Amino acid sequence: SSEISPSPPLPTASGNNAHMMYVFNRNGVCLLYREWNRPLRTLDSNQDHKLMFGLLFSLKSLTAKMDPSSVEKGNLGVPQLPGQGCSFHSFRTNTYKLSFMESPSGIKIILVTHPKASDLRESLKYIYNLYVEYVVKNPLYTPGTPIKAVRLWEFQSLRLFEGWRRRRTRERPIKSKGKEALTKLH
Amino acid sequence: MAPAVPRSGDAIFANVERVNAELFTLTYGAIVRQLLTDLEEVEEVNKQLDQMGYNIGIRLIDEFLAKSNVTRCVDFRETAEVIAKVGFKMFLGVTASVTNWDVEGTCCSLILEDNPLVDFVELPDTCQGLYYCNILSGVVRGALEMVSMKTEVTWVRDMLRGDDAFELQVKLLKQVPEEYPYKDDE
Repeated sequence: SSEISPSPPLPTASGNNAHMMYVFNRNGVCLLYREWNRPLRTLDSNQDHKLMFGLLFSLKSLTAKMDPSSVEKGNLGVPQLPGQGCSFHSFRTNTYKLSFMESPSGIKIILVTHPKASDLRESLKYIYNLYVEYVVKNPLYTPGTPIKAVRLWEFQSLRLFEGWRRRRTRERPIKSKGKEALTKLH
Repeated sequence: MAPAVPRSGDAIFANVERVNAELFTLTYGAIVRQLLTDLEEVEEVNKQLDQMGYNIGIRLIDEFLAKSNVTRCVDFRETAEVIAKVGFKMFLGVTASVTNWDVEGTCCSLILEDNPLVDFVELPDTCQGLYYCNILSGVVRGALEMVSMKTEVTWVRDMLRGDDAFELQVKLLKQVPEEYPYKDDE
């Protein structure tokens, strides 16, 4: 069978080790969580997801409040309308970088990577397109629920990350790696 | 800065996967016909079509956002323009015009001169109360709800009922602000 490919080309930005990926919807439901490299886990996954969502929610509110270019800011903590205020797309610490994208429909995609990773906005957009092709368009998927039928989507995403990793460390070819990861996950 | 909102859906329309227009029209006709047989009441069919449209709309919005790169609309006026010029073009291959604004800018009409859904269609006497294209109103309502706009969408004019165009009235009821989804004690 022919492979369906989402319209945008695979981003060429040279990336780095991806640690984790989260996908949330507006209601704070973690639709998907995957990790590739996370040696330390201090919270159970439910708390971890909530913490991440809360961090983004607050940070968004803070960044909008600090925006020097806009007059209308509202009060800190007062809910904003979607699309209102500015939004951040990444932050970096000495040990990791978090890249963030939010669609007006409330889908949030988060990538946690090596701190030296380059601008990943194109990659996040690419993942959003994969989400549309393989999740939203799947008639068996119920909107707002965690994504279960992820094979194709995940394969594509893995390909993205494995591609990065391979470029960095010259590991094994991506095909076998992708398959191996898939069997591990299922 | 956010990229400017596209003014036309032509470029996207050229790039998305399309189906044969007649196949599309006839398939839709077959669905409506089947609903009439199954539900018997015309009013029930209207409701069912609206619900089906809504279910399509809440998924379709993500495809729209992913492919059109629309990041935000400043106000409801812009939203209506984007639906008419980009949205309708992308998914139906036609554009609508936006008119009949009320003073507050919360209610307007989308006018379709050309509607691919109704080629070959004639309403028999038994179906006079049928809103044949009611699926479209559901799609618009569902899609807008996903970007936090509660709307009421109704047909004002319908060519199948002898009017000179299709007129869809879109009324903005409420914009829902983004709220923190978790309770504190959770």
